[in-house]
Amino acid sequence: MQFMLLFSRQGKLRLQKWYVPLSDKEKKKITRELVQTVLARKPKMCSFLEWRDLKIVYKRYASLYFCCAIEDQDNELITLEIIHRYVELLDKYFGSVCELDIIFNFEKAYFILDEFLLGGEAQETSKKNVLKAIEQADLLQEDTKEAETPRSVLEEIGLT
Amino acid sequence: MPAPIRLRELIRTIRTARTQAEEREMIQKECAAIRSSFREEDNTYRCRNVAKLLYMHMLGYPAHFGQLECLKLIASQKFTDKRIGYLGAMLLLDERQDVHLLMTNCIKNDLNHSTQYVQGLALCTLGCMGSSEMCRDLAGEVEKLLKTSNSYLRKKAALCAVHVIRKVPELMEMFLPATKNLLSEKNHGVLHTSVVLLTEMCERSPDMLAHFRKLVPQLVRILKNLIMSGYSPEHDVSGISDPFLQVRILRLLRILGKGDDDSSEAMNDILAQVATNTETSKNVGNAILYETVLTIMDIKSESGLRVLAINILGRFLLNNDKNIRYVALTSLLKTVQTDHNAVQRHRSTIVDCLKDLDVSIKRLRAMELSFALVNGNNIRGMMKELLYFLDSCDPEFKADCASGVFLAAEKYAPSKRWHIDTIMRVLTTAGSYVRDDSVPNLIQLITNSVEMHAYTVQRLYKALLDDISQQPLVQVASWCIGEYGDLLLSGQCEEEEPIQVTEDEVLDVLEGLLVSNLSTPVTRGYSLTAIMKLSTRFSSVNRIKKVVSIYGSSIDVELQQRAVEYNALFKKYDHMRPALLERMPIMEKTASNGPTEIVQTNGETEPSVVEPKHPPPVNQPASQGNDLLDLLGGNDVPVIQTTMPTKPASAGGELLDLLGDLSLGGPAPAPAPPAPASQPPFLLDGLSSQPLFNDIAAAGEAAYNKNGLKIDFTFERANPNPNVAVITIHASNSTEADMTDFVFQAAVPKTFQLQLLSPSSNVVPALNQGTVTQVIRVLNQQKQQLRMRIKLTYTHKGSAVQDLAEVNNFPPQSWQ
Repeated sequence: MQFMLLFSRQGKLRLQKWYVPLSDKEKKKITRELVQTVLARKPKMCSFLEWRDLKIVYKRYASLYFCCAIEDQDNELITLEIIHRYVELLDKYFGSVCELDIIFNFEKAYFILDEFLLGGEAQETSKKNVLKAIEQADLLQEDTKEAETPRSVLEEIGLT
Repeated sequence: MPAPIRLRELIRTIRTARTQAEEREMIQKECAAIRSSFREEDNTYRCRNVAKLLYMHMLGYPAHFGQLECLKLIASQKFTDKRIGYLGAMLLLDERQDVHLLMTNCIKNDLNHSTQYVQGLALCTLGCMGSSEMCRDLAGEVEKLLKTSNSYLRKKAALCAVHVIRKVPELMEMFLPATKNLLSEKNHGVLHTSVVLLTEMCERSPDMLAHFRKLVPQLVRILKNLIMSGYSPEHDVSGISDPFLQVRILRLLRILGKGDDDSSEAMNDILAQVATNTETSKNVGNAILYETVLTIMDIKSESGLRVLAINILGRFLLNNDKNIRYVALTSLLKTVQTDHNAVQRHRSTIVDCLKDLDVSIKRLRAMELSFALVNGNNIRGMMKELLYFLDSCDPEFKADCASGVFLAAEKYAPSKRWHIDTIMRVLTTAGSYVRDDSVPNLIQLITNSVEMHAYTVQRLYKALLDDISQQPLVQVASWCIGEYGDLLLSGQCEEEEPIQVTEDEVLDVLEGLLVSNLSTPVTRGYSLTAIMKLSTRFSSVNRIKKVVSIYGSSIDVELQQRAVEYNALFKKYDHMRPALLERMPIMEKTASNGPTEIVQTNGETEPSVVEPKHPPPVNQPASQGNDLLDLLGGNDVPVIQTTMPTKPASAGGELLDLLGDLSLGGPAPAPAPPAPASQPPFLLDGLSSQPLFNDIAAAGEAAYNKNGLKIDFTFERANPNPNVAVITIHASNSTEADMTDFVFQAAVPKTFQLQLLSPSSNVVPALNQGTVTQVIRVLNQQKQQLRMRIKLTYTHKGSAVQDLAEVNNFPPQSWQ
């Protein structure tokens, strides 16, 4: 996979993951063009289209478009499954995920994606394992935060 | 300073903005606050600030001032900081910036961190956006982690290794030892990423590929276990066990089995098993089947298996899911050449896809596939479907479809009448989308179908009465009416009811084309020439004379020139007119490349018609026009072609000088050059009033080099005709001023034929800044020594320059 974009029906970007090195300007240009192309497609059209020298696989879930750019030798149908798996992960994590969840917790959406895909390929094929890893990492985040507060208070009153 | 607002707070605030301007204001305010917070080196809130920055970056606002802050976060000990820091690095930094190199040390430390989640972050970031330098520095760490027993890290290390190999292919070797027991893992994550790593290595190196072939049995076993094992909730997707892993294994098997008999045999059974046992009710099963089919087609599978694969694709075509149908069409297109017969069995399903209401890409694939399947047996039925498709398809595909129809019709037409009818159908329904080169091709086809001339011209005439907007149709029709107008009048048509039409009606139609706004200049040219030709076929010569003389003062330069020439034909050379405007001979194609090939004539002894069968007339530069002049081959009349500015009188005169020589047949009337008696006379002599021999250039040196203008010749043989030498002239200018209006003319002895194509430009830039090139094709059927007289005219520093020269010493290879 070369990149994945999530955008709303109005064309607002909600997530962008790039697995190829491109300048900011190029990324913006690609995003703008691709968003326009995908939004122009009618509902009866198939989920695949050819764009530049890439294959684009996209699927709409409620108000969000999930759009991946894959290479010639990649399997389009399994990419649809990859997209679906990601949505399932988000759904499990947020509990019936909606666009607002992704807007307000975009960093979490990235963390989840980074536990599922690495360098554009799936690193874990078990839903359970991905969610477990995220859970553990979240706990680690909580732990360190908790560990902070007591210490600083004690420091403040000069008792450590 | 108050604590910076939280991320969620910021998001909420920005979303309340009602206009773009309002949003921008909020963003700017917050950015300013963040900037000062960064300046204060505040550790506590750095994380929060960078997170906010990332949000604003996603909205499209610049965030580069946060790059260094990401690095600081990565270096922090807090997990929260690292998480956001690495995310920021992946979003804001890319390998073009030098800043990212500073990450290398942090990543190195984190790869060795005690907490696996920190190690994971580092691996992920490196595997996502590590530059070649970073990869080089850290490859060793990655390799170490590839050997760890911790599956969480091992799977990430494998994909990270893939990235390293992509960036620095030379490092591939160092990962080889670690791959030894990757496939013995039970953990699916590790298995999946290992297969990806192995695939990458095999794709990049034939040695690796040979080395890993021994893994085929193991891969087959793993795949078998996945299929045969019972329900495994952890990896189950709609009743299929770990489809992601299955697909990757199938892909690796494809690479390993390609071109190798033993490996292909070893995987034969499992492929058959997957192909027959996989559930097809959901997309996930079809994804596996799809990959299986691709593998079967690529390896050396036995024919039974291949038929099975094609049948799967055939079933896909009937699937309700349009994505599946799309994938099937694309795959069938790839296999139609190698497994033609098997694909033929699904022809009717494929043809049905043409009628699919759905997306153009699918219909385009169906169209391509349909054309590939057309043969002598099914041509009538297929053409019906394809013509129907042509009517209804997207405009962007009409040109391709029309070309495809013409090609198929040419190859498999069951009868000439059918062929002409098919062409007519295309011209009338998609006439404006037909490609430009179709017009001369069609004309050629029509001339060849001698017995169909009457029928063709009648149908074309009737089509013109209906609609004159489609230019290719109008051009072909005009040409035919010009050629076969007499047949139209005489009502000779056998194939259908002959129409009754008068000369005036026909001329009305042609004149109508001349004045219509719908006609392009090219079409007008066709039409005028057609009218002219009718002067020998019709009796209304006066009417035609009138039309021709009116256009002698047309604003359109092209039309004007033609009209003037035709006028001259009426006035001074009327005795030649019948001969000149005779029926065109049958044109044979030497190659199927189209009009710029030299066309052989069938040995006409009379001077063939001089008029162009393509829009540009004799004295125009377009290369298509030159085709015509080759028809003069019978007499070996050398051709003078120029990119002349239009001065009708002299242009016409020059042309007719040629013709004058033709009919007189003897040596040139103008002052003869001081040529040795053994040389055949050059027909260019009429033009010269100066000594004709300047420098006799030896080819190999510059053919011409005088006053700063240097002309070099280069040679090559034309395919397919070995008698044709292709000479390219390169003109360069070493003076300080450009040479403009540069015109190169050439003439050769009677035994040769010359064709001059368009020059690259009319300006030879000063100080050798560029060259003008022009291609000359010389047909040398009698294999005589090539000699050439050249004439150069150009404007230099305000004054016109003209010069003549002879080029004699062509290398023997160019004409032998």
